[in-house]
Amino acid sequence: MKCLMTGNEAIARGAWEAGVHYASAYPGTPSTEILENVAEYKEIYSEWAPNEKVALESAIGAAFAGGRAIASMKHVGLNVAADPLFTSAYTGVNGGLMVISADDPGLHSSQDEQDNRYYARAAKIGVLEPSDSQEAKDFVKVALELSEQFDMPILMRLTTRVCHSKSVVELGEGRTEVPIVPYTKKDKFNPVPAISKQLHTKVEQNLKKLEEYANTTPLNAITWGSKKVGIVSAGAAYQYAREVYGDNASYLKLGLTFPLPMEKIREFAAQVEQLIVVEELEPIMETEIRAAGIACIGKDKIPNEGELNPDILRKALLGDVHESIEYDASVVANRPPVLCAGCPHRGFFHELQKLKNVVTVSDIGCYGLAPKDIAICMGGGFSVAHGAQKVFNMEGSGKRCVGIMGDSTFFHSGMTSMLEAVYNRSNVLLVVLDNRITGMTGHQQNPGSGFTLSEDLSNITNKHIKTINPLKLDEVKEALAWGMGFDEPAVLITRWPCVLKKLSQADRDEFGNYKAVNMVNPDKCIGCKACVRTGCPALEYHADTKKVTIDRNQCVGCDVCAQVCPKNAISREVK
Amino acid sequence: MSEVKNILLCGVGGQGTILASKILSTALVTAGYDVKMSEIHGMSQRGGSVVTQVRYGENVYSPIIGQGSADIVVSFEAMEALRYLGGLKKDGSVVVNNYQMPTATTLSGQEQYPADSIERLQKLAKTYVLDAAKIATELGNSKSMNVVLLGALVKRMGLESLDWDAALTACMKPQFVELNKKALAAGMAAVA
Repeated sequence: MKCLMTGNEAIARGAWEAGVHYASAYPGTPSTEILENVAEYKEIYSEWAPNEKVALESAIGAAFAGGRAIASMKHVGLNVAADPLFTSAYTGVNGGLMVISADDPGLHSSQDEQDNRYYARAAKIGVLEPSDSQEAKDFVKVALELSEQFDMPILMRLTTRVCHSKSVVELGEGRTEVPIVPYTKKDKFNPVPAISKQLHTKVEQNLKKLEEYANTTPLNAITWGSKKVGIVSAGAAYQYAREVYGDNASYLKLGLTFPLPMEKIREFAAQVEQLIVVEELEPIMETEIRAAGIACIGKDKIPNEGELNPDILRKALLGDVHESIEYDASVVANRPPVLCAGCPHRGFFHELQKLKNVVTVSDIGCYGLAPKDIAICMGGGFSVAHGAQKVFNMEGSGKRCVGIMGDSTFFHSGMTSMLEAVYNRSNVLLVVLDNRITGMTGHQQNPGSGFTLSEDLSNITNKHIKTINPLKLDEVKEALAWGMGFDEPAVLITRWPCVLKKLSQADRDEFGNYKAVNMVNPDKCIGCKACVRTGCPALEYHADTKKVTIDRNQCVGCDVCAQVCPKNAISREVK
Repeated sequence: MSEVKNILLCGVGGQGTILASKILSTALVTAGYDVKMSEIHGMSQRGGSVVTQVRYGENVYSPIIGQGSADIVVSFEAMEALRYLGGLKKDGSVVVNNYQMPTATTLSGQEQYPADSIERLQKLAKTYVLDAAKIATELGNSKSMNVVLLGALVKRMGLESLDWDAALTACMKPQFVELNKKALAAGMAAVA
């Protein structure tokens, strides 16, 4: 049966067909839909982990116990999971283990565009790179079999275009139940130094064997066309190269991209006049091919920044440009993503911005769309604020740091970050924006679901802890003054559900049916734009009438605009 | 590769461009075409600009196209058509919804919304304008605006003979199918 699937849907289908027992993940674009779709297959036990390290560790445990296991994450998530990744390369597996890294060339929704093929080389594990949804599905089974055969985790490296593009998939017939491999106590599962020395030898041997396999497997296949140009490529980049060159080139298309099939590449290179390595981001294959003494064209022509596409290759390699309509595009206004109308973060940030001499240290989530001074990584909001505060205190400028993160980020890696500030005593204000869900990635539950943070935290942090409603500006203002009044850390929790959240019964009991709609009284509105400055997309200022109107379809009656209006021109009515 | 057709759909997060692309792709696959569809989502659901590309033919390789490659640009919002016009072939056509959505920067007065977006388009390319929001509202649900625009696309690309009833049934809840069949037909008629 043929089906149109995204790469992420296809991975999930592949996991089901391949008899996967256990799947874990932390959400992150472009990887999120993998686990969401795996969860649709009841034969696979699947769960959201608090973070990527925990997801991989749990999957390692499942594989050691003899099940087939997968852990999926976005590229920066593998940084978090790097510790168990490297050691699991030494231990090897019992049941097969596949680690999925969804890279984001072009930074569609990420803070960097790191190339995680480097990780496999550093950790010394095999890499598969599908170029469309069919391969994404098929490669899952291959990855698990290779993992079991060569006794190593296999990295499945995806990119945004593979994850989020739909293409036609011929489905397999059904799920193949794979028996759980009986667990027996083995030295390799306990890598103390004396054992790890031996394991390292085994890692090198297994990698050698995998390279021999790479030279013979049909995963790495040649399609002959013109022999004037030979292209070595993998992943989405292969599709772009094929698009540009068609039959005017021959292709060595790699599915197993580490270890590289150097013998096969050498044979291919010998039969073409010119060898071009087409890869997205870093010159990884190119460097290894050159080091093997094979001449090639690569990043001397093709950019190593950003996402590739057929246009970029056509221009870089052939000097061709598609003609397009010439026009003045400067009249087009920017359309940046914004906090939704009714977002509970808006009220908090509105008051925070008024404070003077404050450095806002935020991190990764919807709240990153609000104004901030510093952001590094998930969970960094508190610890970066702590370190900065220590130095600001030495400098004597009186600057104060406010660390900010969401509830899911707090559980992801913010708890240790908070402990740092509490244990090493800095006068920072730590704010958890608890919107009761993982918002940015599309509403996954997290360990805070069903719990009340303030009660849990008061025992492990300190005595200065307060929970407020972020939509009540007076409450926010008062709480900020309170939090800045200590010579030691204070914790502020803003508790209100994400405006897009489907409310649970517990949410309804706690927050009530709060939704309404606000209206502007044009007779009272003086066009001062105080409400518009809250950044709510439901508000529009009209230059001709010098009045503001509210879009009834977007407004949920959060009432922040009404609280900032100096003329009481905004009022509520029940929707 | 000349037989591969390229369609670019653009709009604003929440307008239903991705569902329209999904219905289109489903019908094309059923008709036996090789199809690739690419979308960018994630942050775009927070009111950002959204673009999807659908390619179909005998053999499609790349899921994305570059400049000057689309046979047609279908824009769910007036200014967004201007943003992506560079993707259109020189002799390609534009289907544009006569519907303006301000942006965060125009709402706050930092930038001006180009009120003459459609007039600009008409000077640059063969442009079909329809008021899909009005058509959808008259049919009973403004949310079927995306399927009205899909209908206009179907007409302009000569894809009327595909099995649209099946594609609509496959992509949406049963209670919305009848309304959207009408929306599709109305969209076709609007650019006939």
